[in-house]
Amino acid sequence: MQYLINYTLYLADTTLILSQRNSEWCGHGPILEQDIALTNIALDLLGQSRSLYQYAAELIGNNATEDSLAYLRNEREFKNLLLVELPNTDWAQTIVKQFYFSIYQLYLFQQLQQHSNTHIAAIAEKAIKEIMYHARWSSEWVIRLGDGTTESHGRMLNAIDELKNYTNEMFIPTAYEVEMNIDLKLIQQQWNEKVNNIFEEATLLFPNKTFSQTGGKTGTHTEHLGYILAEMQYLQRSYPNAQW
Amino acid sequence: MEVQDFEQIFQQKIDNEIKIEPKDWMPDAYRKTNIRQISQHAHSEVVGMLPEGNWISRAPSLKRKAILLAKVQDEAGHGLYLYSAAETLGISRDEMIEQLLTGKAKYSSIFNYPTLTWADMGAIGWLVDGAAILNQVMLCRTSYGPYARAMVRICKEESFHQRQGFEVLLVLSKGTNEQKAMCQDAINRWWWPSLMMFGPKDSESTNSDLSMKWKIKRKSNDELRQNFIDMIAEQVKILGMTLPDPNLKWNEERKHYDFGEINWDEFWNVVKGNGPCNKQRLEARKKAHENGNWVREAALMYAEKRKNRTATKVA
Repeated sequence: MQYLINYTLYLADTTLILSQRNSEWCGHGPILEQDIALTNIALDLLGQSRSLYQYAAELIGNNATEDSLAYLRNEREFKNLLLVELPNTDWAQTIVKQFYFSIYQLYLFQQLQQHSNTHIAAIAEKAIKEIMYHARWSSEWVIRLGDGTTESHGRMLNAIDELKNYTNEMFIPTAYEVEMNIDLKLIQQQWNEKVNNIFEEATLLFPNKTFSQTGGKTGTHTEHLGYILAEMQYLQRSYPNAQW
Repeated sequence: MEVQDFEQIFQQKIDNEIKIEPKDWMPDAYRKTNIRQISQHAHSEVVGMLPEGNWISRAPSLKRKAILLAKVQDEAGHGLYLYSAAETLGISRDEMIEQLLTGKAKYSSIFNYPTLTWADMGAIGWLVDGAAILNQVMLCRTSYGPYARAMVRICKEESFHQRQGFEVLLVLSKGTNEQKAMCQDAINRWWWPSLMMFGPKDSESTNSDLSMKWKIKRKSNDELRQNFIDMIAEQVKILGMTLPDPNLKWNEERKHYDFGEINWDEFWNVVKGNGPCNKQRLEARKKAHENGNWVREAALMYAEKRKNRTATKVA
C-alpha cells in the first residue's frame, strides 16, 4: 500500500510544482494569447494534482486532505521530479521543460489508463486529453523557436543544455515505481523517438552525453524546492488550522 | 452629402438605439473617445492581472489557487476581446500597447494599489469587480456595437468573480480573530479607492456630456457611485464588517445612503503617477513586453518560413 501512496504523491507533487512554476508567467507572458495558453496548462496540471492528492489522502486516511498533503509536507517529503522545480529562466527554457515533461506524461498516462488500479486509471483517463494538448502546444513552440530566428535558436540550445541532466530521472525507476509495474523502458524509448523527431523538425539536437541528476522522486531535491514551498505554504503554516 | 447630414444620420441612429458599427460613418471625436475608452479598458484588464497575480503562488488552498488562476486568466481574455473591439476603430494592438508602455494611455488607477494580504483577493473581487460591474452593465448597452458585445461576455464572467470575491471574505469573516482582522483591514484599504473608480464628480468630469449624448455612457459617475454605495452598504452587513466611513448613513428622504467626502487629492495623485504601485505596474508590463520581443520575432519569422516553404512546394 505504501508504494501506491508514494507513487500517487510522486505524480501529484510533480504536477503541482510544474503548475506552480508555470503560473509564475501569469500576467508576464510574451504575448497575451500565450499567457492564456500557459496559464491554461498550469490550471490543468493543478487540477490533475488535486485529483491525485485527493486519492492519496483517501489512501492515507488519518484526516489527510489534498491541502494537508500539498501544504503541510516538507522539502524532504516532496517527491516531484527535479526537472519541474528548476526556476524559469526564459520562455525557451520554460517551453523545453514543459515539452520534456508533457511527452513523458503522455506515454506514462497512456500506460496508467490501462492500470489495474482503477482509481489511477480513471485519473489518467480524465487527464489524457489535456496532456495531448500540452504535448502538441509545447512541441509547436519547440519547433517555432528552434527554427525561428538566430536568437531563438540560440536560446533553445541554452535551454537544452541547461536541462540535459534532468531528463533521465524520469526513466530511472524508484522502488515504488517498480511495484507499480510501469514499463519505464518503453516510455523512455517512445520519449526518445518523439523528442528526436520534434527536435529534428526544430533543427535542434538532443545531447548524446548527459549525466543523470536524480533524487527528486525520493525527496532529495535541489535548493530551489525549499523556496517554492516556503512561498506556497506560507499561509497554511502561519495560521495553523485556519479555514480558507 | 454634407458632413452635417452624416452627423444627423449618426445622431438619429443613436437616438433610435441603433448600434454604430465599424464601417458606419462616425464623428472623429466619437471614434477617438471610443478608442480611448476601450483601449483604457483593455489595459486595465491586463494591468489588473498583476495585483492579483501577486497572490497566485501563495494562495492558501489548492481550490483557491485554481479559482484565482482562472480569474486572472479570464482578465487576460477580457483584455483580448477589448483590444479586438478597439481594433475595429482603426488602431492596432501594437499601437495601443505602445501607448500603455509610454504612459500615453491610462489604465484604471485602482491597480496602482498594492495587494498586501490574502484578504485583498476577496476585497478586490467584491469591491473592485463590484464597482467595475456597475460600469460594465451600463456599457452592455453602449452605442458602439463591438464594445457593447464584448461587454456582454465580460459581464457574465465578472459577476462570477464578484461572487467569488465575496465568498473569500465570507470565509474569513467566519474564521479566526486574525482572519477577521485581515478581512476588515482589506475592506478599509479598498473601500475609498473603489469609490474613486467611478471617476471625478459629475461637476468636474470633462468627458461626460458628449459621452452621454452619444450614449457611450448612460449613467453619470455620481449616479453609478451612489448605486455602488447603496449595494455595498447592505452587503457588508452579511459579512459582519464595517465600511470605513463614519458619515455613511441611510437617508430616508433620498432613499440612498449618504457618505463622506472622497479624498480627491489622493485620486488625482494616483492618476498622475504617484500611487503606491504606478511605477512597478508599468515596469512589470514593460519587462514582459521587452522579454517577449524575441519570442514574438521568432514566431513571426517561423510563420514566414513556413509560408515560403508551402509556396515553394506548390510551385
